[in-house]
Amino acid sequence: MSDIETLQTELITAIDSASTLEALEAVRVSALGKQGSVSALLKTMGGMSPEERQTQGPIINGLRESITSALAAKKAELETAELNRRLATERIDMTLPAPDAPRGTIHPVSQVMDELAEIFADMGFAVAEGPEIEDDWHNFTALNIPETHPARAMHDTFYFPDDMARDGQKMVLRTHTSPVQIRTMTSQEPPIRIIAPGRVYRSDSDATHTPMFHQIEGLVIDKGIHLGHLKWTLETFLKAYFEREDVVLRLRPSYFPFTEPSVEVDVGYSVINGKRVIGGAEGWMEVLGSGMVHRKVIEACGLDPDVWQGFAFGTGVDRLAMLKYGMDDLRAFFDGDNRWLQHYGFNALDVPTLSGGVGA
Amino acid sequence: MKFSLSWLKEHLDTDADMQAVADCLNRIGLEVEGIENPAEALSAFRIAKVISAALHPQADKLQVLSVDAGGAPLQVVCGAPNARAGMLGVFGPAGAIVPANGMVLKVAAIRGVESNGMMCSIAELELGDDHDGIIELPDDAPVGQVYADWAGLDDPVIDVSITPNRQDCMGVRGIARDLAAAGLGTLKPLGEVYKINLSAPLEGNDPAPNVRTDDEAGCPAFYAQSVSGVRNGEAPEWMRAKLKAIGQKPISALVDITNFLSIDLGRPLHVYDRAKLHGALVARKAKDGEEIVALNGKTYALDASMTVIADDAMVHDIGGIMGGEHSGVSEDTTDVLIECAFFDPEHIARTGQKLGLTSDARQRFERGVDPAFLDDGLAIATKLVLDLTGGKASAVTRVGQAPVTPRIFAYDTDYCSHLGGVDVAPEEQRNILERLGFSVTADWHITVPSWRRDVDGPADIVEEVVRIIGLDNVMSVPLPRADGVAKPTATPAQSLERKVRRAAAARGLNEAINWSFLPQKAADAFGGGTWSLANPISEDMKVMRPSLLPGLLSAAQRNMDRGASSVRLFEIGRRYFVGADGASDERATAGIVLAGERSARNWATGKAERFDAFDAKAEAIALLKAAGVATDSLLVMDDAGAHYHPGQSATLRMGPKNILAAFGTLHPATAKAFDLDGTVVAAEIFLDAIPLKKASGFMRPAFTPPALQAVTRDFAFLVAEGTPANDLLRAIKGSDKDNIVAVRLFDRFAGQGVSEGQVSLAVEVTLQPTEKSYSDDELKAISDKVIAAATKLGAVLRG
Repeated sequence: MSDIETLQTELITAIDSASTLEALEAVRVSALGKQGSVSALLKTMGGMSPEERQTQGPIINGLRESITSALAAKKAELETAELNRRLATERIDMTLPAPDAPRGTIHPVSQVMDELAEIFADMGFAVAEGPEIEDDWHNFTALNIPETHPARAMHDTFYFPDDMARDGQKMVLRTHTSPVQIRTMTSQEPPIRIIAPGRVYRSDSDATHTPMFHQIEGLVIDKGIHLGHLKWTLETFLKAYFEREDVVLRLRPSYFPFTEPSVEVDVGYSVINGKRVIGGAEGWMEVLGSGMVHRKVIEACGLDPDVWQGFAFGTGVDRLAMLKYGMDDLRAFFDGDNRWLQHYGFNALDVPTLSGGVGA
Repeated sequence: MKFSLSWLKEHLDTDADMQAVADCLNRIGLEVEGIENPAEALSAFRIAKVISAALHPQADKLQVLSVDAGGAPLQVVCGAPNARAGMLGVFGPAGAIVPANGMVLKVAAIRGVESNGMMCSIAELELGDDHDGIIELPDDAPVGQVYADWAGLDDPVIDVSITPNRQDCMGVRGIARDLAAAGLGTLKPLGEVYKINLSAPLEGNDPAPNVRTDDEAGCPAFYAQSVSGVRNGEAPEWMRAKLKAIGQKPISALVDITNFLSIDLGRPLHVYDRAKLHGALVARKAKDGEEIVALNGKTYALDASMTVIADDAMVHDIGGIMGGEHSGVSEDTTDVLIECAFFDPEHIARTGQKLGLTSDARQRFERGVDPAFLDDGLAIATKLVLDLTGGKASAVTRVGQAPVTPRIFAYDTDYCSHLGGVDVAPEEQRNILERLGFSVTADWHITVPSWRRDVDGPADIVEEVVRIIGLDNVMSVPLPRADGVAKPTATPAQSLERKVRRAAAARGLNEAINWSFLPQKAADAFGGGTWSLANPISEDMKVMRPSLLPGLLSAAQRNMDRGASSVRLFEIGRRYFVGADGASDERATAGIVLAGERSARNWATGKAERFDAFDAKAEAIALLKAAGVATDSLLVMDDAGAHYHPGQSATLRMGPKNILAAFGTLHPATAKAFDLDGTVVAAEIFLDAIPLKKASGFMRPAFTPPALQAVTRDFAFLVAEGTPANDLLRAIKGSDKDNIVAVRLFDRFAGQGVSEGQVSLAVEVTLQPTEKSYSDDELKAISDKVIAAATKLGAVLRG
């Protein structure tokens, strides 16, 4: 065995037996360092004759390469072992709970209002708004409810003191969203298609009534609009809202001072697991008031009732939410109970869309 | 409005059963609110004969009866003194439920003797007040038969909700007329119903009573007739039964007659005891300060806007609303005056509202009774008085004139399909209208019947035709649809509100909806409310809120009381102010309240963390960002409001004047006022103050990332303790706008190594080269500018 072969064997053995990176480094220095044995052999090549270099050169270079790669391989092996050793000490109990992120919610009333806006947008209705503190004219008189009208007694109105009156008009908390009809008709040219959701107030408080609640108003003013259009609109809306095709309506003649004819709308329900579910016709419940806008109302808004006619409807948003999502106590809507909000509230990303379904 | 099926059939000739009547009522707009059949609760109670009666061995006041109720004789223990062998009564077997108290009868031993049921009293079956003994039936009553059937109690009572426009249906006859028009039967002639010839006046020879009206606006017509020599006993059974069936208590024949006619014909009347009257009876305006003790026993103070009926001595009647106690009829009454007047509906409504007094009479006059029914109404009343109490009638006084001018207008039969959406043949329309009492000329001029005050134009005629034809016949017709897909409809303000709402929920906040009204104290503590209700439902719901925080704080407190450890609530709603023009100025606002723990104690730190003012700031900035506000350029200034901790709150402003948000730690006094312990933080975003973005198309500016990498340099400055960090950051940022793209505070330190009264602020400045990388000289120059800008604020670079 040549000296070189012996050296190679010795070095490989030393590399193999190095148990730490430091020991391996010592071997590297002893072989490839400035004073190293392999470095010394490489230096001898300078003094060789060309013939000698031709034979010895590859041998010496081969030695260097084999030692270099053996060092690299051993280094990787030792490093892996070292890493594994460290990782073994870093074990954490992954059954420990991760930090909690609070879950936020959208109130059912807001969610349902968004659903309604989405459905009615598809039918060409914009969302209109108006003040909650209204004057008597917009809330009553323009809607064909004069001061002595018995219908006023049905409204349980909240009043503000006389010194808050404006232009001789007593100020009230709006008892319905219908004044938005007036504000819309007096501020924009027909044709009109709007819905107007919002807070309304009546001086009434018991298990099924709260002094504040939410209504949504609908108004269509155009040429040649009749009761059949009203019926279609309400059917279409309720089917879309409840996402059921078996929604059945029953229209009954009724009375509202601002519509003529006036129509009350019942919707059919079925009883499933003891709860009333919209759809079918096992029983009927009142859901909407509606009718053809009274000529006097159209006139009061400065429009010609011989040219323009249309329909209006109104219903409770809270009630629509209850019928769809199953809450049974209206008062809880306004209590801010975190448990209730977590239970009935909606995820922020449940944005109602027609393609994704308006319900969540 | 309640009536029984048999009562209805007094006016309506029909074979229809209860269900058919109810369906038809609903169909034509007379909404059935309920149907009750008293016989249903009594179906278990049978007619029984007492075969024998013996003393109870253990009790003096009890008897042991043997009762035949149609089967084998039953032993029954009975405490009624009138129980005796041979009598017939009403027996409730075991299992029957006693209507008066809901008790289920059982076979049970009473003082050691088995009893198989109960012999019942009138009161126990809720058929009257008499509970002195058990019911005694005539000898020919059929033993074993269901008592209610035999007694004619199987007569359902219908409760109908009458809308304010239908004064004609405030009487059974009007309802019968509507049903007849809808094809449910035939309306019997009124004269036949009352067995009276209405074309011949019912007048006696005694002089007509002395009445007049001095208030033609309030009481345009006053008809009266006297009857002398009456005996005011009990009304006959048929009348008492009808009144009892609908829950009215029979009082005396004269009172019952007026109550009956009010329900039957919708015609209120009043009967005075003539012995209590002095001089002429006059309809006039009350004098301010006059009072009356009404028939309900309450005293009412009257004023000059109210119409009353008075004689020389006193006021006897709040005209058309309620009579007075003094001249009311009693058992001793012998001479009466019957008033049949017409009161103006608006006057009645105003008086009723002012007095807060409602009555059957008011409900009818305020809707407007038939102005053409004074003569007939009075004649029918007088006939009933003569029939039921005897006596002789006087001549009739007729003063004034009720507004009977007929309403006539032209009608185009096409309007029915044009407005009502249903085609009805003209002849069919004519038939319907005539059945309802309208008269229609050949060229379609329509005269409205006197009892239909609500009908005053063609739209009302369409309503009449459509409701009688049935709304089921109106077919759905789609609204015309605009070309293409639906257009967006939300206004910029609506979009903004939706984004803020969803952003808040996405950040872990729960949306609440709180009352718009507050207690006075809460409103005062938050800047004061300008709208205060005149008639609040309670003092806690009085003032329209000037801030959303009180409602949220109350909700937070309720949650804490229920044991919540962490509350994150928000609300989006309005605050209420008065605008320059006196109108309501309602401002869209988002409110946030964070109370309790931001994070519960956990295994990593072992400690719970409480919310602090920076949580409120973070929410405020996040929601403003969601609303599209460039929050980096907002000013942070004081004056968040007195409800905040003065040293731990601020406002975020766009320019020095426009406050977009306020946030901070709640003032301890405010927290205490809401019973909230510990730190509570809050924020308010004034959505109305956020400038709405103008639509500018969808195209974004081109994406041009810088070619060279940014570099950062750190600086530490000593500043006086009160110096706002933001001032330093802004100064540094402004020191070299071409190169400095970001300035971030990463350390704030006071204590060892920093002298008293100073803090060390460490800042990371990000520099963005554009053309070529910075040279050492350039970096030094920028550094110098940063230091110079900071020095200007009094900051000293730390060595």
